[in-house]
Amino acid sequence: MHNDNTRLTQEIIRASGVNPSKCMKCGKCSATCPAYDEMEYHPHQFVYMVESGDLEPLMNSKSLYKCLSCFACIDRCPRGVEPAKLVEAVRFAVIRQQGADHMTPDDVPAKLNEDIPQQAIVSAFRKYRK
Amino acid sequence: MIVSYFPGCTLKTKAQDLDMYARKCAEVLGVTLEEIDNWQCCGGVFTTVNNDAVTKLSSVRALDFARSKTQPLVSVCSACHNVLKQTNHAVQTDKAFADKVNLYMGNESPYDGSTQVYHYLEMLRDLVGFDAIKEKVVNPLKGKKIAAYYGCLLLRPSGVMQMDDPENPQIFEDLIRALGAEPVIYAMRNECCGGYVTMESPEFAAKKSKAITDNAASFGADMIVTACPLCKYNLEKNGNSVPVVYFTELLAEALGVKEDTQNA
Ligand code: SF4
Ligand code: SF4
Repeated sequence: MHNDNTRLTQEIIRASGVNPSKCMKCGKCSATCPAYDEMEYHPHQFVYMVESGDLEPLMNSKSLYKCLSCFACIDRCPRGVEPAKLVEAVRFAVIRQQGADHMTPDDVPAKLNEDIPQQAIVSAFRKYRK
Repeated sequence: MIVSYFPGCTLKTKAQDLDMYARKCAEVLGVTLEEIDNWQCCGGVFTTVNNDAVTKLSSVRALDFARSKTQPLVSVCSACHNVLKQTNHAVQTDKAFADKVNLYMGNESPYDGSTQVYHYLEMLRDLVGFDAIKEKVVNPLKGKKIAAYYGCLLLRPSGVMQMDDPENPQIFEDLIRALGAEPVIYAMRNECCGGYVTMESPEFAAKKSKAITDNAASFGADMIVTACPLCKYNLEKNGNSVPVVYFTELLAEALGVKEDTQNA
C-alpha cells in the first residue's frame, strides 16, 4: 500500500511537471483562486499534500472539480510552482480509473438550456471525464 | 494577406455572430481568413498533464495545416486560441510529446512548432495595426464607455500566451480607442467568469460573473465586450443589465459593415 502510494505520488508529480519543493508556502495561489470558497483543499494545500504523499484526501475531495482552469495560481505564484497543474494531475489520476468519470453524457441533457454554448459542454468533458 | 483560420465548434453554432463579423471585418481590413480543412474541436480547455497527447491532436493538426500553407494561424474564440497556443508551446518544449504526436500523425515532415499563432485581436494589433483600423472607421463609437473583459484565457498562462501584460493589459482598450469609444478600466477585467463550472454548478458561476459585471458597471460601463462565447454566456446569464457584446460585432459597427451583414 505504502509503495503504491509512493508510486502514484511520483506519477502525479511527473505528469504535472511541477516541482512542489519550490513552494515557499506563501499562500498567494490560494488567495487569488476564484474557487477558494468552494474548495475544501486549496491550491497551496494541493502542493504540500502531494509533496508529502497525502493523496487520499485530495483524491476523494470535491475540490478537484471546483478548479476553473483559470491559470491565475499559475501566473501569480512568485516561485513558478504552477499549483493548478497538480490539481489537474490528481484529478486525472481519479477520473482515469474505470467508472470514475465525474460527468457522463447521460448527465448532460439535464444541464442544458437553450443558450448554453457547446464550449461549456466540451470543456466540462475535458475536465470531468476520461 | 491570407491567414489560416480556426473557427471552432461554438462559432459554428451558438456564436455564429462572433464568426460572421470576424470574417466581414477581416475582408474590410484586407485579410482573407482561409478556413482550415477538416478542423476538429480544440476541446475547449488545454490539458496541462504531459501524458495526455490524444486531447491535443486536433490542435496539432490545425497548427500543421497552417504550416503547410506557410500562414499564421488565427482564431477568434479565446478558448480555441488558448488551446492552440499552449499546444504549440508543448510541441516546442516537450520533445517526448512532439515525437509522440508526430509518430501518430505519420507526417513526412514532423510538425516542429513553427506556426505563428495569433488571436484575432493580436492579428488586428500586429498584422493590420490599430492605426490602419482607425483610418477605416466610418462610424466612430463616440461617447460609448466600453469595458473590455479579458477573462483568463487570452492572457494566462502569460509566459506562454504572451499577448499582453497579464495584470495590466491594454490590447483590448487600444482597439476600443481606435474605434472612437472610451475604454473603461476596472479591477475584474482579468478575473474568471466561472467558465465550464456553469454546467454543474450554475450558482458558483453566477457568483463569479455577477461580481465582474457589477464591477464594470460601478466604473460606468455602458457595455462589456468579450471574445469568448462561454464568458458571454456566463456574464449575460448572471450579470446585471449591462449588455455583453462580441468584440467583432463592435468592430463591424465601427467599420460600417454591421447592417450589411445583417441584410446579407
Ligand atoms: S487554476 Fe484552479 S486552482 Fe488555480 S486559481 Fe484557478 S481555479 Fe484556483
Ligand atoms: S503561490 Fe506558489 S509559492 Fe506561494 S504557496 Fe502557492 S505554490 Fe507555494
